[in-house]
Formats: sequence, structure tokens, C-alpha cells
Amino acid sequence: MSMNSTAIQQTPKSQINFEQVKKKQRMKNFSKGMLFLLPSIILFSVFLFYPLARTIYLSFFLTDAAGATTVFVGWENYVTMFTSPIFLQSMKSTFLFVLYTVPITIIISLFLAVIANEKLKGIGFFRTIYSSTMGISVAAASVFWLYLFHPSMGPLNLLLNAIGAEGIGWLTDTSWALFAIAITTIWMNIGFTFLILLGGLQSIDSSLYESADIDGAGYFYKLRRITIPMLSPTLFFVVTVTIINAFQTFGQIDILTQGGPVNSTNLVVYSIYREAFVNYKFGSASAQAVLLFIIILLMTFLQFKFGERKVHYQ
Amino acid sequence: MTIPTGRKVIFYILLIISGFLVFAPTLMAFAMSFMSNKDIMTGSLPTSLSFDNYVRAFGQFPLLKYLLNSLIISLVIMLGQLILSSLAAYAFVFLEFKGRDLLFFVFIATMMVPFEASIIPNFHIIRDLGWIDTYPGLTVPFFAMAFGTFLLRQNFKQIPKELREASQIAGMGDFKFYLTVVLPVARTSLLTLGVYGFLTSWNMYLWPLLTTTNDNVRTVQIGLKQLQTQEQLNDWGVIMAGAVIVVIPTLILLFLGQSKLQKGLTEGALK
Amino acid sequence: MGQIDLVDISKSYDKQKNVLDEINLSIEEGEFFVLVGPSGSGKSTLLRMIAGLEDITSGTLKISNEVVNHLPPKDRNLSMVFQNYALYPHLSVEQNILFGLNAKKVDKEEQQKRLIETAEMMGLSELLKRKPKELSGGQRQRVALARSVVSEAPLCLMDEPLSNLDAKLRGQMRMEIRRLQKRLGMTMVYVTHDQVEAMTMGDRIMVLNDGKIQQVGKPITLYNEPANLFVASFIGSPKMNMGKAVFHADRNQLVIDDALHLEIDPVINNVPRYPNVTIGIRAEHLYPGTAENTTHVVEVINVEQLGNETLLAFEVGAEVWTAKWPGQWDVQVGEKVPVHIAIENLCFFDSDTGLLIKPARAGKQQEVVTA
Ligand SMILES: Nc1ncnc2c1ncn2[C@@H]1O[C@H](COP(=O)(O)OP(=O)(O)O)[C@@H](O)[C@H]1O
Ligand SMILES: [Mg+2]
Repeated sequence: MSMNSTAIQQTPKSQINFEQVKKKQRMKNFSKGMLFLLPSIILFSVFLFYPLARTIYLSFFLTDAAGATTVFVGWENYVTMFTSPIFLQSMKSTFLFVLYTVPITIIISLFLAVIANEKLKGIGFFRTIYSSTMGISVAAASVFWLYLFHPSMGPLNLLLNAIGAEGIGWLTDTSWALFAIAITTIWMNIGFTFLILLGGLQSIDSSLYESADIDGAGYFYKLRRITIPMLSPTLFFVVTVTIINAFQTFGQIDILTQGGPVNSTNLVVYSIYREAFVNYKFGSASAQAVLLFIIILLMTFLQFKFGERKVHYQ
Repeated sequence: MTIPTGRKVIFYILLIISGFLVFAPTLMAFAMSFMSNKDIMTGSLPTSLSFDNYVRAFGQFPLLKYLLNSLIISLVIMLGQLILSSLAAYAFVFLEFKGRDLLFFVFIATMMVPFEASIIPNFHIIRDLGWIDTYPGLTVPFFAMAFGTFLLRQNFKQIPKELREASQIAGMGDFKFYLTVVLPVARTSLLTLGVYGFLTSWNMYLWPLLTTTNDNVRTVQIGLKQLQTQEQLNDWGVIMAGAVIVVIPTLILLFLGQSKLQKGLTEGALK
Repeated sequence: MGQIDLVDISKSYDKQKNVLDEINLSIEEGEFFVLVGPSGSGKSTLLRMIAGLEDITSGTLKISNEVVNHLPPKDRNLSMVFQNYALYPHLSVEQNILFGLNAKKVDKEEQQKRLIETAEMMGLSELLKRKPKELSGGQRQRVALARSVVSEAPLCLMDEPLSNLDAKLRGQMRMEIRRLQKRLGMTMVYVTHDQVEAMTMGDRIMVLNDGKIQQVGKPITLYNEPANLFVASFIGSPKMNMGKAVFHADRNQLVIDDALHLEIDPVINNVPRYPNVTIGIRAEHLYPGTAENTTHVVEVINVEQLGNETLLAFEVGAEVWTAKWPGQWDVQVGEKVPVHIAIENLCFFDSDTGLLIKPARAGKQQEVVTA
């Protein structure tokens, strides 16, 4: 009997407790989630968000060689940047470079992915070969091409000589150097782009092809009407990544041309590097970095805005 | 479905020609690394093959030390990325808490910030921490990884929620569930991400160039650059030997994991 | 122990619409209790609230007379079997079965003892080293059951555990689960959308629709005295034949869907005088008419021969009714056949509220004659 009465008395009390228990549980869930995310959040804050903010901050200052701010100059770094012929040249080269590399990378990789998507004997071998450039570092690739571009011993010029043409100063001629860097970059990109596009091709439902076969569609008809449209999300992704990569090009330039000749290959990241770590002008280098950030942000945004409409999702 | 023989032949011709063109630079480097300097200079076919170039590359440069450094750094980055990404992905998939979706959006947004755009303050941070020429300086900044989190999140989402619920009824906590169920079940994607992380870390160039000033922690990529700048005029065989040493580990890794990598990356990128 | 009380339980995901509405229910110890209803009616939600996997929006949930609203699943002393079995793909059958005991840190000797017992009981002894993907659907199902059995929890919850099995295996597993439950004496809450499963397994059934309890009772009660039109049409196969009925007092006739006329003896038959009445009649109560008792002749529009019985479909106004005749009848489509419809076999429902007014005269329960 006494137990019964206590049970009855407890009921209303426990009613109130539920809300508290729920609140406590919500707090517990939140802190648990945070615990799992904390390592990433801390590192993102220290090595990404803070540096990004700091870059913007620095871009309004002059600094000493150690990177400490000395004089607030407002927009002056930006004004100087946009009136400097060297930087304008750098921007022009960068955009040209993107224009050279992105379409050609995509076309070549798409071609490779399409021919490597056939069910033929030994196809695995070819796939491995095509993806191999993904495993080759910037430094190694640059060394390979440094030799290929060599003015006297380089196979490319030997080939030109063999067909009776004049050798080209690949890395020393202002009209060729950017193109030479682009070739190196395209070659390096092929591996990754190919792999992703091949994955995209393989995820296309084979029943689509089967029903097209029943309708008697030809190879190129299927390529145009099934493969490319169904591949468009993958293409969209690959284009975005290639563009962003092109803007971040650094290693090839450092080894092949050091930005020369006459700044013709002084692409934006190399320009930032030189300004900051050779000239120790961290303020103006930061202004360039901010611009790089904005460009990439804009590119991604535009890609999403215009690319997505053309994209065909399953 | 069989492919007509005529078309098969065309495909094989295309495959072989493209394969040769894509692989030619690598092939050339391999060949040169075994050739004598005389053969290279005269542009003739190799008259003799030897390991001389390798012996000299290792003799003149602390390549072994560089290789070891690269290995340590790549492994540490890889592990760090796997741990942080999988923890974060677990929270985004299996935990429910306020602000989760907002945080996920923030994670995705970090993919749009190129490392190069924030490299100046990053360098200063590492310098002020006294991490120049140390392993932490070369690894810790790369642990948090939005792409990895995203890829693993896609994968974890395919684990039935009922597995978590069954373990809840059995009285298993989140961390234990993460360790004993989620990680083993998702090991294929962890492997993919691991290979990807290793490849990119091994091939890193700009950051080690900035943050290493001596041989103690210098990576093999920067070693290769040094080798190239010092030997440029005369000894291409040695340079190529160095380059081959640099690419061998990643090429092997890629050849072993190519098909998995392709599946994993496509999934992470597109779903 | 193992008794569950739900008091005014409601659930809402979006704080606007109630997925479950004021559920009051008491489940007895050792009972096989079935929750049945169409998909989306809130069965899983209710079960998951009992399990502690889902928050209770309002109301009180008691297990063994203790309020457990706030307790996490592990402290409720229950086991659960999921529709997709929720087996850990990387663990062997043995590890799967022992998963819960490991998590609860039961000592190794005890674990082995229970494992051997359970595996024996479930016929899994040969399969202990296999991985789930090396098992057939039925074997996986058994592992899921074994996991529940081995926990020795007095309360077991199952959410459509048989819906991934083929029809034959399902029939067999129904019986096995039922026997297991009786043998171990556990309290079972079993969710299904399949009324046959509900009827054959449950000690008691609760019919749920749109988050509201329609009826709770023994299977046979639900069949004979469905509380409303929803239960009437949900329980039983083929479903109960329905039609709007109008009573013409002047002619002593009941007219169903403007088509079927039934003569009524006003003295004997107590036909409810409601303005809007819907009647229902079970297929097996549309008897084949004999020379003496034929009340109607109908044109057959479809015939299904099941071997032991024959289903005949015919039109009544806008409705299609089905008669179930025992044995094999050689009837062609288009043929006119005599049927016998008796007033006492009709259920009467209020068309406006859907509620039962008067059940059919109780289905004659037959006694087993023991020699
Ligand atoms: N997590 C959820 N969030 C929002 N609505 C849900 C959720 N789970 C179930 N519902 C809704 O609750 C209702 C009942 O679902 P459920 O209990 O799964 O039904 P049943 O198991 O009877 O098929 C459905 O309308 C469903 O859409
Ligand atoms: Mg359900």
C-alpha cells in the first residue's frame, strides 16, 4: 500500500522531469556531436579560417620582412596591384593558361575514357596506363618535360628537326613558354580526369545501351545521345576541378621556367609566392591571394549556376 | 553483346597509340635512368644498361633520408585525414544535434578555399609555432579534409540506420559503435581515401618547399628539385634516376588501387 | 513483468500533425500482441517509441509499471528484430548473436552457454562461422531472432520481420516465432501490415489507421465484430462485401446499393433504423442457393478456382461482391447462379461515423468432438 502511494506521488514530479531530461539529452547530443567534429573544426579554424581572415587583413597593410604589419595603407595594395603591368600580365597569363588547359584536358581524357570503357581483353592494362600520370608528382613530371623540352637534346626538338622544321625554344621563347607549361599540366591532369570520367561512364545504366541497340542505334548516335548527356554531371565536376587546379598551378613553373621568360609564365600562385617569399612584400602578396580566392569562389559559383542547368541528373 | 571484329581492331589501335603517347614521358624517364650519359648526350639508343645512375643519385644525395621523410609525412597525413574525416562523417550521419546541417555546409564551403590563398598566414603560424623543419609543420595543417569527410559521409549513409539502433538496444555507445562497426564496415572507402591521401601528400610540392630548410625533414619532391638544379647541365641519367625513385611508390600504389580509387572517387564526387 | 502501458501517447515529427494520436493501450505479460495497419499508419513509430529509439512527444509509457519515457533503449530491458534484420555484415553469425552480450559485458562462460543453447534452438549450430552474406534469407532471419532470444530480455519487439521472405518461408517462420514466444514466455509486440499474419499469430490485435486505434481485441472478435468499416474491410480475405442499404418499411425490404432487395420479417429481424446504413457481409456467408432457400440469382463476372474453394464475383450496383463457396464449382463467367443471402449474416454500420451498429449473428463456432 505505501509503495502505491509513493508511486502516485512521484508521477507528477517525473512529468516535470521529462522536459529537463530531454533538455539534458539534447545538450548531451550536442556535445557528443561537437566532440566528434572538434578535431576537424579546430584544424579548419587554425589552418583555414583564421589564415583566410588574416590574409584579408594583411592585404590592407605594409609589412616587415617577418610578416608583422607596419603601416595601414587601405586599398593601396589593390590599387598598385591593378595598375602594375607585371601583375596584369600575370592575370592575363593565368586566364590564357586556364583556357589552354581545361578544354584540352577534358577532350583528351574523355576520349581516353570512352575508348577504355569498351569491354575488351586487356582493357585493365590500358586503364592503368591512362591513369598512371595521377601517380606522378609535379616535381617528377616537370623533370620529365624539362628534358622533353630541352632545346638541343630534347626529343620534341629532335622530332621537329627530323621532319625538317626548326627547333622551338619551348621554355625560353615568350610565345611558347606558357604553352609548354600547359602541355605539362594537361599531361599531369589526364590521369585523374580520366579516372573520374571512366567512373562516370561505368555508372551509366547498361540497359540504356541495350534498348538503344534494340532500336538499332549506331555507335556515334549512342555516344551523342546517351553517353554524353548521362555523363554531364561527371563532366561538370571534372571541369570545375580542372579549372580550380589550373588556377593553383605552381610546381611546374617553379621547376621549368621560374615565371619567365619575361614573366610570361608568372601565373598567379607563382606571383604570390615570389611577392611573399622572395620579395617579402606580404601585404601586396596577400592582396593577390585575396583576388585568387575571389576568382576561385566566383568560378565555382558560376560553374554551379550555369553548369547545373545543362547537367542531366539521373 | 559482342563487338564486331573490325571495330575491335580499331579500338585496339586507338588504345595502343594513346597508351604509348600517354606513357611515353614516363617510359623515357625509366629508360634514361639506366642509360649512360654518353648515350643520352648523343641521343642514340641505349648501348648498355646499368644501375650506375641510381648508385650515384643515392651517393650524392641523401635520397634515402628524403624517401623516409616523405613516407613518414605521407603516412601521418593519411592517418590524420582518415581519423578526422571519419569522425566528422560519423557525426554528420549518425548523430543528431542542433546546428548539424549548418556545420556540414561550413565543411563543404571549405572546399572552395584554395590552400594557396591562405598560404602566407599559414606559413607565419607554422613559423611562430616553431614548426619549420618539423614533421608536425608538414602534416598537421592537412589533417582536416572536407573532401574526405564528404566522401565518407556518402559511404556511411549507406550503412543501415538499423545497425546503429540494434547496437543502441544492446547498450553500445557511439564511440564504440564507430570503432567496432562503422570503421570495419566502411573499410573499402577508408582504403580508397587513404590511397588518395597518401598520393596527394607524397606529391605535395609548395608547402614542403616553404617549410623545409634542411635535410632533416626535407621530402623527396624537394630533393628532386635540388638534384635537378644542381645536375641540370650535365647528368640527365642521374636526374631521371632520382625522378624514377620519386614516382615508383605512388605508381605502384596506383596500379594496385586503380579500380578501387576510381569507384571511390566517383562516388564521393558525384552522389 | 514485461507489461507495457501506454497512456495518452502522441507523436509528432513536425509539431503540427500527429503521426500517433492519444494512444491508450495495455499489453499483458506473456502476450503475443500484434500491431496491424496499412503502411504509413504509424506502427513502426509506435514500436520505436516503446523501444526508446524515438522520442515520445506526449503521454506516458510504462514498462513493468515504471515510467520509462526518459530511459535510453538499453535500460528498457528489451530486444528488437528489424525488417532488414540489421545484421552486422563484417561479423560472423556467432559474433552477431553475441554482439549484445558483449556490449553488456556478460561474462564469457555465460555467453558461450547461451550461444550454444540458442544456436541449438534456432538450428544455427552449423552456421556459426559464416558471414551474413553467406546465408539465405531465412537463415538471416533466424540469426536476427537468435540475437533477440540470446538476450533473454522479457520483452521482444518485431517490426515486419517476415516481409523480406517468400510466401512459403513466411508461413513456416510465422509458426516458429509463435512457438518460440510461447516456449520462452516472453511478451511480444509484433508489427505487420499483413492481416493474415496478424490473424494467425496474435493473441490480441490492435488495428491502427492514420495514427488512431481502430480496434483492439482477439483475432476472432475483430473478424466477427469489426468495430467500424475500416476494420471490417481491413481484416479478412477476401475483404468483406459492402453496400449502402436503404430500409423500405412499407415494402419490408432492405435495398442494397439500389440493386439487391432483401425481404425482411419485421417481427423477427431487428433491422436498425438509421438514415444512412452500410451493410457488410463476409464472402463465406453468400451461400450457394438450393432449390428451397435461393434468395437471389446473380450473374458471375469472374471465377477463381482455389482448389478447396471457389471464389465467384458478381456485381451489386456499383460494387463487386465476392462469394466464397467451399469445394469446387463448375461455373462459367456470364452464368447466372443462385445464392442465399440471410439477413442475420449482415453487419450494420452507420455510414456517417463508420461505426458498427449491429454485428452479424456470431459466426457459429464449431466444437471439436473429442473421442
Ligand atoms: N523520421 C521521420 N520524420 C518525419 N516523418 C516520419 C518519420 N518517420 C515516419 N514518419 C511519418 O510518420 C508516419 C508513420 O510512419 P511509420 O510509423 O513508419 O508507419 P508504418 O510503420 O505504419 O508504415 C508516416 O506518415 C511517415 O511519413
Ligand atoms: Mg513500418
